[in-house]
Amino acid sequence: MTLDRWIASIFLVMCILYGYTAFVTMDVGLPPFMQRNPVWPSTFPKILSVLGIGCALWVLVSSKETPIKEDDIDHRRLGDYRVGQAFLLIAAMVAYAFALYPVGFLASTIIFLTAGAAILGERKLHITFVIAAVAAFSIWYLVQEVLGIFLRPWPWFM
Amino acid sequence: MLEGILLGLATAFSIKNLLMVIGGCLIGTFIGMLPGLGPMSIIAIMIPIAITIGDPSAALILLAGVYYGAIFGGSTSSILINAPGVASTVATSFDGYPLARQGKAGKALTVAAISSFCGGTIGAVLLMIFAPMLASVALLFHSAEYFALMVVGLSAIAAFAGTGQVSKAMMMTVLGLMLATVGEAALFNAPRFTGGVMDLQSGFSFVTLAMAMFALPEAIFLVLDPKRSNTGDGGSGKITNLRINRAEARQIAPVIGRQSIQGFLIGVLPGAGATIASFLGYAVERNIASEEDKKMFGKGSLKGLAAPESANNAACTGSFVPLLTLGIPGSGTTAILLGALIALNVTPGPRLMIDEPQVFWAVIISMYLGNLVLLVLNLPLIPYIAKILSVPRNYLIPFILFFTLMGAYIGQNNATELLILVGLGVLATVMRMADFPLPPLLIGFILGAMLEDNFARSMQLYDGPSFILERPMTAGLLVLAAVLVFLPAYRSRRARLKAQGVADGD
Repeated sequence: MTLDRWIASIFLVMCILYGYTAFVTMDVGLPPFMQRNPVWPSTFPKILSVLGIGCALWVLVSSKETPIKEDDIDHRRLGDYRVGQAFLLIAAMVAYAFALYPVGFLASTIIFLTAGAAILGERKLHITFVIAAVAAFSIWYLVQEVLGIFLRPWPWFM
Repeated sequence: MLEGILLGLATAFSIKNLLMVIGGCLIGTFIGMLPGLGPMSIIAIMIPIAITIGDPSAALILLAGVYYGAIFGGSTSSILINAPGVASTVATSFDGYPLARQGKAGKALTVAAISSFCGGTIGAVLLMIFAPMLASVALLFHSAEYFALMVVGLSAIAAFAGTGQVSKAMMMTVLGLMLATVGEAALFNAPRFTGGVMDLQSGFSFVTLAMAMFALPEAIFLVLDPKRSNTGDGGSGKITNLRINRAEARQIAPVIGRQSIQGFLIGVLPGAGATIASFLGYAVERNIASEEDKKMFGKGSLKGLAAPESANNAACTGSFVPLLTLGIPGSGTTAILLGALIALNVTPGPRLMIDEPQVFWAVIISMYLGNLVLLVLNLPLIPYIAKILSVPRNYLIPFILFFTLMGAYIGQNNATELLILVGLGVLATVMRMADFPLPPLLIGFILGAMLEDNFARSMQLYDGPSFILERPMTAGLLVLAAVLVFLPAYRSRRARLKAQGVADGD
């Protein structure tokens, strides 16, 4: 089965679950006065789940092998690409999300930018560090001091 | 009217107000480049400053400058790093980013600046002439028509994905609509499909989804395949590249003309706004282009870039019509402007033109000025802005990822948003590998909430789905939507059968 059929099948399952929620479980707690309304919170989702199931089946039936465009990634030869780097960067983003609050904006951003460059093969990490520090500080200054959107700069103990 | 124009000219051309326009455009452009800060948030941030100015015309002129600047700034990040921070510039990235990847970033930015300028200027002329008249037409559109108009928009987008792709594009649109139903709907105030997760209570945020659908997959693709990064306006010798030649100008001129008018008219409708205008503009231009041009759409067509850019700027101007003449804000941004106006002791509405003509006309004149200033400021800056792409890959990619994360974080101030972003981004990358078009998903998501609201409202008004038949304009628009979806599918089927040498009966 090709990748697009896999995706369509997963979408089909998702639509069935979505439809189940809309048709069966969602209206259970609906207050009586709302039941007199011509439109319920579940009305639009019901329509969508039916449309979604239709579309998923349409893709499953009509999907055909498309040639990979020259500048697109061919998922059948994934090994030829730098998959490791991509996974490491995604992991770094997840780590950044978890670190942002406890470690503070400045430190976590500098570490993220430096680590990102290191993962991509940058050698002159001392220069990267300085650039990352300048960037992190100027963004923080712009966002918090100029625009007034709170960004916790320092770690939890400061 | 002439008296009013003269009064407006006198007000807008005072040194203070000129400085306001210039300052507003600059601030808007630079902050607008940061994905995640769209015109709405920038204007909201500027309101305290505008109110301290005190003079309503000057304040409104400043805010209008910020508005235009922010929209142009948003186009810049769409074109350069495929990160549309504003819904109305999503369509800009369809052709702007491919152009940047072909090393024509300078040209793309120039076309964007010129189209925005023309769109905004034509919009301002139309605003001046037709404002009072259009206001009454816009009131003829009821929720049923809005619902139908959005269905047309979605179908047009699903159809633009092209031959053999309609099914996939439709599937993505429905997925986008489903994502929009997550969270608490305005009309029912009960959480739906949140799975008990508190952070989903208010639904997915637009910026998170936009970053996850466009910027993140692109960055991951850049990592996977280093050859992709070897593009952009590298080096200093290529600055001449930003000139557009005569043939190109001739190509985009009619597009700009048509889309400025269409965009303006869509902008006048409250609730439709720049986003729908830019998508419809793109879809319409693609559908009426010649077969040869059609193939270029999505791969770096100048027409495909000029259409949404002129349409969204014209629509921004158009959205001032209901605001200034009826006091009804047509979009989130104009709603914030309305708040600012009221804080400044100006009540927009039918009497504004009579009671405070200097405010009304100064705003219109400052729109011309804003557009002109934007063009004059930005054209010389373009070579420098385009240089962003010649930053070495080892630095560019972590920075793109960082800006994507920041975009999602600033709006919500919630780290869970970042995890949602990464999760959706990985899913989007896989879908992109399988050749599923991602723009329809995002558009479905953007229009989903409005679509459902208008649908629910019409259902309530007509006590059931009878509004579809009772309102001829609604029925007509829905038929048009059906034609838009099934015509390309039918055509491609016919073409396939023809290619196989099978007669298809007619």
